Amino acid sequence: MAPTSCSLCRDAKAILKRPKTGQQICKNCFFFVFETEVHHTITESKLFKPGDRVAIGASGGKDSTVLAYVMKTLNERYNYGLDLFLLSIDEGITGYRDDSLETVKRNQQQYDMPLKILSYDELYGWTMDAIVEQIGKKNNCTFCGVFRRQALDRGAASLKVDHIVTGHNADDIAETVLMNIMRGDIARLGRCTSICTQGEDTIKRSKPFKYAYEKEIVMYAYFKKLDYFSTECIYSPDAYRGHARTFLKDLEAARPSAIIDIIHSGEAFEVKEEIKATQKAQQTCKRCGYMSSNDLCKACTLLEGLERGMANSVITDRARKKMDAIGPAPDNIRTIPLFRSTPTIAVELPSQS
Amino acid sequence: MADTMTIKLVFSGGLELLFGNERNQSVLIPPLVPSDNSTHSSPSSSPSTPSSHNDILTGETKAADLEYLIYHLRDHLLKERPELFMENGTIRPGILVLINNTDWELEGEGSYQLCNNDEIVFISTLHGG
Repeated sequence: MAPTSCSLCRDAKAILKRPKTGQQICKNCFFFVFETEVHHTITESKLFKPGDRVAIGASGGKDSTVLAYVMKTLNERYNYGLDLFLLSIDEGITGYRDDSLETVKRNQQQYDMPLKILSYDELYGWTMDAIVEQIGKKNNCTFCGVFRRQALDRGAASLKVDHIVTGHNADDIAETVLMNIMRGDIARLGRCTSICTQGEDTIKRSKPFKYAYEKEIVMYAYFKKLDYFSTECIYSPDAYRGHARTFLKDLEAARPSAIIDIIHSGEAFEVKEEIKATQKAQQTCKRCGYMSSNDLCKACTLLEGLERGMANSVITDRARKKMDAIGPAPDNIRTIPLFRSTPTIAVELPSQS
Repeated sequence: MADTMTIKLVFSGGLELLFGNERNQSVLIPPLVPSDNSTHSSPSSSPSTPSSHNDILTGETKAADLEYLIYHLRDHLLKERPELFMENGTIRPGILVLINNTDWELEGEGSYQLCNNDEIVFISTLHGG
């Protein structure tokens, strides 16, 4: 095939066909449109304000490395006025997380940002390896995800940041929409396409790459020669998300815009009133103070299950009630320390009219 | 008749694990290959006899293309888990292919005809971010 010239600048040779638009563009135009689209995602959703302290959830993988690079680039180019930090969570997965943390430490040097690493071991007393040893290879993603969410919030609170950003990309969000449909998880379905989530007691959390295709993130990293760690989590082959991912990849091969379209469908969902009424109101955990839909937050529930040797019985709320029926938790089990975030107090200045 | 071609390969994004952990490799590909992508014949023998011209006409052989290369890699270079590399006769969705630093979708994907000293990069995107 004869080389085509870029459909944007009409000058340089096209090196990439964008899945989102089908456009054939050159390297420099690609960098520019990719970065500018993220910039628009950020400004249209008014994610940040000058002076914000922002923690970038960094795993050393492709999404978070590119996110750190792009956030730094845009912060400088458009004067967002942000203080950027790298925040990394060590789940204690040998051969996976310990290697990827080395990449984050290199990122810290390369991008010149402060780095904080928080481990499951110090926070919960359990590494993922120990958890998998106890519960086997099914449902371990539930533990990891729940623990990580709290760990990120606690790490961010200790850095006194206003905002956490994560590298979730369009493919991830489309997969989540599909997963929530497949599992009938209406509560999550309604929340999972929000670009920015905030609870009363938790730190704002956003996904600037919400509309960025995974393919483009990988191409960006490749052409910019960014350093990232690329191995599957050793426990992921058994994960449920794999089904959604395989399905999504096949959909993308047939029609590349499917990914953005699924997100659009997810955003357009409206939950029926009768169903909304059955959703639980948010409260705070009686044990650790974190946000929760029940008396005890999911992390405390899971940890109690692990400590009492009944971890498999606490995955669902139904099973939880059964465990409670057996008896209360003994006094000497390890619990999660009390969570106190700096509450954001909005100060209204009197209007000068 | 063209000679055997040297094709440079780069495996990244974790894909190198399937290829003996060697990110940079190279293979020799004959200029004409079976149209059904069978890779039984050894790569170093190149059919350069007059009958090969007829083979093209009868449709039994074709100019070596990327589709053939993928079969060749699966059959001769891949160390384990072929289902993680190929699916339904082509590269598994989620693996990006670059031909001389250009998206293979701009070069005809599987039907791109290989040239001597081409560099083909395979990047897997199927891992955590």
